[in-house]
Amino acid sequence: MEFEPVIGLEVHAQLLTEAKIFCGCSTKFGAAPNTHTCPICLGMPGVLPVLNRKVVEFMMKMALATNCRINPECNFARKNYFYPDLPKGYQISQYAHPPAEHGWIEVENNGGKKRIGITRIHMEEDAGKLLHDEHNPTSYVDLNRTGVPLIEIVSEPDIRSAEEAASYLRRLHETLVYLEICDGNMEEGSFRCDANVSLRPKGSAAFGTRAELKNMNSFRNVQRALEYEIKRQQYILEGGGEVVQETRLWDDTAGVSHPMRSKEEAHDYRYFPDPDLVPIQIDEAWIEAIRRGLPELPQAKRERFVRDYQIPPYDAGVLTASRALADYYEEVVRLSGQPKIAGNWVMGDVLRLLNEEKGDIRTCPIRPAALADMIKLIQAGTISGKMAKEVVEQMYRTGNTPEAIIKEKGLVQITDEGALSQTISEVIARNPEQVAQYRSGKEKVFGFFVGQVMKATQGKANPQLINDLLKKMLAGG
Amino acid sequence: MELYELTIHELLDKLRTGETTSAAITASVFERIDAVEGDVHAYITLMRESALAEAAQADERIKKGEMGPLTGIPIALKDIYCTRGVPTTCGSRILLNFIPPYDATVVEKLRAAGAVFTGKTNMDEFAMGSSTETSAFGVTRNPWDLERIPGGSSGGSAAAVAADECIAAFGSDTGGSIRQPAALCGIVGLKPTYGRVSRYGLIAFASSLDQIGPFTKDVEDAAILMNVIAGYDPRESTSVPEEVPDYRTFLGKGIEGWTVGIPKEYFVEGIDPEVEAAIRRAIQVVEGMGARCVEVSLPHSRYCLAVYYIVAPAEASSNLARYDGVKYGFRAEECRDLLDMYKKSRSAGFGAEVKRRIMIGTYALSSGYYDAYYKKASQVRALIKGDFDEAFKRCDVLLTPTTPTPAFRIGEKMDDPIQMYLSDIFTISTNLAGVPGISVPCGYTRAGLPIGVQFMAGHFQEGRLIQCASAYEKQAKIEKRRPKL
Repeated sequence: MEFEPVIGLEVHAQLLTEAKIFCGCSTKFGAAPNTHTCPICLGMPGVLPVLNRKVVEFMMKMALATNCRINPECNFARKNYFYPDLPKGYQISQYAHPPAEHGWIEVENNGGKKRIGITRIHMEEDAGKLLHDEHNPTSYVDLNRTGVPLIEIVSEPDIRSAEEAASYLRRLHETLVYLEICDGNMEEGSFRCDANVSLRPKGSAAFGTRAELKNMNSFRNVQRALEYEIKRQQYILEGGGEVVQETRLWDDTAGVSHPMRSKEEAHDYRYFPDPDLVPIQIDEAWIEAIRRGLPELPQAKRERFVRDYQIPPYDAGVLTASRALADYYEEVVRLSGQPKIAGNWVMGDVLRLLNEEKGDIRTCPIRPAALADMIKLIQAGTISGKMAKEVVEQMYRTGNTPEAIIKEKGLVQITDEGALSQTISEVIARNPEQVAQYRSGKEKVFGFFVGQVMKATQGKANPQLINDLLKKMLAGG
Repeated sequence: MELYELTIHELLDKLRTGETTSAAITASVFERIDAVEGDVHAYITLMRESALAEAAQADERIKKGEMGPLTGIPIALKDIYCTRGVPTTCGSRILLNFIPPYDATVVEKLRAAGAVFTGKTNMDEFAMGSSTETSAFGVTRNPWDLERIPGGSSGGSAAAVAADECIAAFGSDTGGSIRQPAALCGIVGLKPTYGRVSRYGLIAFASSLDQIGPFTKDVEDAAILMNVIAGYDPRESTSVPEEVPDYRTFLGKGIEGWTVGIPKEYFVEGIDPEVEAAIRRAIQVVEGMGARCVEVSLPHSRYCLAVYYIVAPAEASSNLARYDGVKYGFRAEECRDLLDMYKKSRSAGFGAEVKRRIMIGTYALSSGYYDAYYKKASQVRALIKGDFDEAFKRCDVLLTPTTPTPAFRIGEKMDDPIQMYLSDIFTISTNLAGVPGISVPCGYTRAGLPIGVQFMAGHFQEGRLIQCASAYEKQAKIEKRRPKL
């Protein structure tokens, strides 16, 4: 029997607000334990939460970017469970009345496009972290992360392969980062993913029993874990067995998943509306204000680049990998008027240098105006493409303008016909044998002459001019 | 007359004229505490040293002419208010040794107004009880009869005021915890509208019902304290940015021409005949002032207790989850693992009534029961609120007994939770509806136990309550007795 995987994903994205969701503490990662805390996020007796409105706005951005409907009213609910990283004994989340529902995003699928539904997006607070002493049976609690805002993005069970899951996640990730509401750092846990996976006979409408997968902290891990899970379930079903509904933890090193102890997952969260917070009203005017402030999203940008700049879809994909890179590219285009050439330089030397030097496009020493100037210098014939490679390298190292570098290095192309004619005459005079060959129709020798002239001018001669003059002078005898 | 016997407004007059000092008043109050606290046991923690220091500072300020609305007045706080640097137990062993690093908003406001804090008063554990008997720190006795309970849960605050162990006190009211003990101790107790006074720093019992309010010797003092504590607090989301009037302007105005509603559902089964007679007399007093008393109906009254005992325990079960032995308060020794630590700490840290309510609430919120209990109760709660909205379309205030009986004996109802819960039957409805209520003394039983009459008003109509209660207080001329201690 052929089986079809049915996959739904839950993504938790940490929001880049300055302050936590219900108190004024900082959300910055990496501080000394328990220094970004106050009585509110420590869950001390008598304290009360006050909603940070920025969190709602960030949620609305993602909701609009993923085609969700934003509900006019939503509320917070308490999710009750005991754990030392949860100081109140409940997490403030959203349950029966989420703020955004019924969205979708498009992913590439076998050269075509496929819509993956988004069931809902809601806001909640993050929990703290436990640190376990390796030498003593002691655990420590760090509550810096407690109360850092999260949005949870729940997909419909529309995903049919591990690969599709990975591209869905890449889309979500890219959108969050584009919106500048999440830094997308998977290692630090800013972008986390859980998956629900089941198998069913191909063509069947009913769902099979699902397993929930946790602890996958990279796109690659998600894909591997899902591939493993699909195989595991297939093996069980083909053997006539039954899949157990359970939560499984992915072990990246071993490349396998293990079931969580049932005690740890047997939760009745006893959700109920949080009486400490009032319902949130979101009116059309607020939604419109957020919509107007939305940046162009990656997909739209890619399509526009292909259309307006006439560059290949692949190039458009590379150039829109981040908002900063796309902005950089567009600035170079605007100043140089050369979309294709600008693209080549940005994708080629600029990205290579940033890669090698672990630089960031936002602080790249080559400013877009300088790169545009350099492109113009090539166009004007002042330098050759080959020279330009060296110029770009120097621009990156020194931050100087191309003009300054060309002057300093004496890189100006010889475009003086008189001087170049003189050199060519000398080359012709030195090589009578090759001249004879050329004149007898062996045009391949032409390359030899170009090389000789380049050598004599230390590569500074304008190649086009060499071509023109050589042809003329070789023919003229 | 001793200084400790006086009211806030009488003492403020004396302080203003220089006739006395805060140091003298505070010393007088602590002398009284030394004399009677052994019998009454109103306090969990006394703050003698800091109180005397605050009194000295108050006198300095008065000398400089910087007198605030409460400068130099000794006030007691229920041990449910977080007080910076002062142990705050909420009547529970689980908060043993907990010292908050912050003040409740109300405590901040009282400090800023110049109050002198005498101490933290006894209470039912986590405010769950109607007799102050569930406290982990012993029972408080009713100053009028030491064999009887003072009411609860704010029994310590009520007893402290009645026994003159402070000039006024603060409590919290989730289902009657201010008004019921005020009635049983023969003093004034006001529960404001939900959202009128900030709950920030008040240890939560049932968040959608809890409200802070004063215990005072007369209605004028209640107005003075409301002026200090009422108002919007940006630290509390359910606090309402509604304008705060000067509550003193409602004093001494009379209620001629008012319509006073008498809800018929409050005069049925279980009410003590002496209490009923006192309430009937109160109705006559009100009519004698030119108000029209009309019978009204709050048809969903009979569901109040049931709704309350689902909503309040449900919220409590969640609110009390933070007491897990991990961060502060009590942690059991010798635990095998995390689960064991939770179980042992919470089993030993909480008393029987708190555990009972945590279990009721956990059950009511459980998957499969939520719709039948919590959700249904929330729907009925909306109907109860609707009853009040209807009544206040016709009436300026409502008049009811505060409690069905006078103070009962210590231990009498401890084995029968339902009987205990019934003692709040007339006060619970205002918490469910979110409206304000006040209890004012309206007489004594033949055995000399105080009886209270309750007035209720619409949302944010505390001014109307104060106007009515002060007019009644003046007209009724209830004999001023003092408990014999």
